[in-house]
This record gives sequence, C-alpha cells and structure tokens, in this order.
Amino acid sequence: MDTSLQICEDCDTVHRRRPLSRGEVARCACCGAELDRHHGLGVNELLALVLTSGIVFVVANVWPIVTLGLNGQHVSARLWGVILAMWERGAPIVAVIAAATLFFFPALRMLLLGLVLVQARRGRRGAGFRPAMVALHYLRPWTMNEVFVLGTLVAIVKVRAYFEVATDPGLYGYVALMMLITVFSGVDLRRLWELAREPAA
Amino acid sequence: MSAPPRAVELGLVGCTVCGQVCRAPGPLAQAACPRCGAVLRRRKAGSLARSWAFLIAAFIFYIPANLLPIMRTVSLGDVDDNTILSGVVELWVKGSPDLAVIVFAASIMVPMLKFVVLATLLVCAQRRSRWAQVQRARLYRLVDLIGYWSMLDVFVVSLLTALVRFGFFSEVEPLPGVIYFGLTVILTMLASMSFDPRLTWDTDKDAP
Repeated sequence: MDTSLQICEDCDTVHRRRPLSRGEVARCACCGAELDRHHGLGVNELLALVLTSGIVFVVANVWPIVTLGLNGQHVSARLWGVILAMWERGAPIVAVIAAATLFFFPALRMLLLGLVLVQARRGRRGAGFRPAMVALHYLRPWTMNEVFVLGTLVAIVKVRAYFEVATDPGLYGYVALMMLITVFSGVDLRRLWELAREPAA
Repeated sequence: MSAPPRAVELGLVGCTVCGQVCRAPGPLAQAACPRCGAVLRRRKAGSLARSWAFLIAAFIFYIPANLLPIMRTVSLGDVDDNTILSGVVELWVKGSPDLAVIVFAASIMVPMLKFVVLATLLVCAQRRSRWAQVQRARLYRLVDLIGYWSMLDVFVVSLLTALVRFGFFSEVEPLPGVIYFGLTVILTMLASMSFDPRLTWDTDKDAP
C-alpha cells in the first residue's frame, strides 16, 4: 500500500502527498475539495480537548439550560427534560432524533475519540481501534449540538415578550461544548491510522 | 499542467471510510479495505437510485411539514397554531428580524436549496454531463455542510414544549408538522450522503 499517494474523495483524482507548512491547506487540482491540512494540534492537545469536552458535556446536561418565570411560577428545562417532553406530548420521533443527535451520538463520539487518541499516543492499535475509527467516520454528521444552541437562542427571543427569562449554567456549558466540537470537527482523524501502528503479530 | 490521473486510470480505489489508497479489486469482485475493513467500491453502491429515493421521500414529507402547524400555543385559553412560515413572520414582527432571517434561511431556504441542488446533481450525473463540473462539486460540498442546520425549528419547538408549562396561563404543544419536518431533514441528509460526488466527474471518456 502506497502512503505517498492520496485520492480525492470528491472526484477520484490521484495526488502525491507533500508535507504542509503551518496553516497550509492542500486542495484537489481538479475539483477544489480539501485533501489535507496542516495540523497545529498534536495528540496530547486533542486528548486534553476531548477531556475538557467531556467535563463540559456533564455540566451542560446536569444543570438546567433556561428558566422561565410567570406570575411567580418558574419552569426550567434540562436537555433530558426537553427530550421527555417531546416523548410525552405526542412527538416521540422528534424525541428520539433529539436524544440521538444531542446526547447519545456526541457522548459516543467523545468516548471513541478518547479511546483512539489514547492508543495513538501509545503508538499502538489496541482492541477496538479499527471499529472505533470506522464508527467515528459514520457518526460525524450526526451530532447537532451547535444547532441546538442556536435553537435555544431563537426560543429565548420568542418567549422574552411574555415571560421572565433566565439563562442557566447548562446553556453556557452548551456554548462551550459547541466551540470545542467545532475545534475537533476540523481535525482530520485519519492521520491517527498512521500514528497508531498495527501491533506486530 | 496536464490533468492529474484519476484513480480509475491507475487501477486504484480510495477507501471512502479511512482514505486508504488501495489496488482496485476486479470488475465484479468486492474487496475489503486492508486498513479499516470497509467494503471497497469504485463508486457508492446504487448511489443514484438511493439518493433519488431519499430525496423524493424527503420532498413528500416536506409538504405536510409546511402545511401542517408545528406547534400550538395556548395562553389564557386562547389557542394559536403556528406553521413554520407563520413562526418566521411572528419572529420578524415581535422578536428580532435578524433571527427571523436565520430561521427562514435554516427552515425554508436550506431545504429548498437541497432539493434543487441534489436533483440537479443527480440529473447531471445520470446524463454524464460535463456542464459546470467545478461549480457542481462546490454546490455538493455546500449542501452537505449546511444540511443539518434545518433542524433548528425542530429544536425550538422541543425547547418551548418543555419550558412553557404554566397550565391555564400558558402552554406549548408540538403538532404533527414538526415530526414531518424532522423527518424531512433526516431524509435530505441521507440523500446527500448517498450521492457519490465522484459521479459528477464520470463523463463518457473515462466511464468505469
């Protein structure tokens, strides 16, 4: 297998790999798709980011996101409250979509990312490296935390006229999570295949 | 500069899952990628048929998603049903026009754009057309990137349902439109994932 070559996934053009300098992005000469970019973040930095995201994820889920007040009554919502509300009020399909894209898939992605990064750091592929890398490839489009943050903002504006609105720590947790997810979504995980070698049989 | 070679010409195939460059299996044989174990294919299996199926299904669901109301607001016994479009109008009038523009873009423009762009890409790929290949490649990447933002309104309704629970004074309830809308978004995402962008470049000359 030749690792000096790479094939553009958008148009099947074969390119020769070349080392990139800081901030450089390699683009396909035929269709303009991004082939490769310089990585500023090493495995250790990525592992630290995943750990931080894990902590922020807990904060975002344990504390309420927003509290509404009306006539001295208060209602606050956590992510799971939102999911259960949809389940109980006649939209179970939406509840399942929200649970998957806002909770289970992001959580799974962080766990798997942690697993492959720990192994890449050791330089060896251990149990589950291959299925974890494949699963990460398929999970990638199915996390929607950033959409949820914007949705929260829209919801706040919609109810502002009728209720007292207070934002809670959960919302800040979500904003932080959104930024962290954006950072490691830009990282090409495929280089981990090269960093973690196959164990000698 | 002469055009760089394509994988087909060199007898290579790129793994869609891990990016590994592999020797292409025989014309009918299926092989697994030596690195990640995914099935190696020159092109995604049944890409055009699958993509059309998801796109048509998404379009069918898009009609009730827009015609049916997505949520009911009850305030002091006053019932008000909102569709996607009326929600945007209300946000424009009472809330903030900038957010109304964002919601309009996410829930109305993005899905419409996806229908038009994916249908165009599919028709052109079927005809092996050479028309505007670079632009078509760019449009595909755009559609793939922005597709999931359409889920915005679904999350707004979910959050309001959980938050606005003040009994007689104020309640929000989800209505069937929001389910159809959520399914439309999922189906358009599946349609754009099923499309193989390499088909845009498979013109008569180098058809595999």
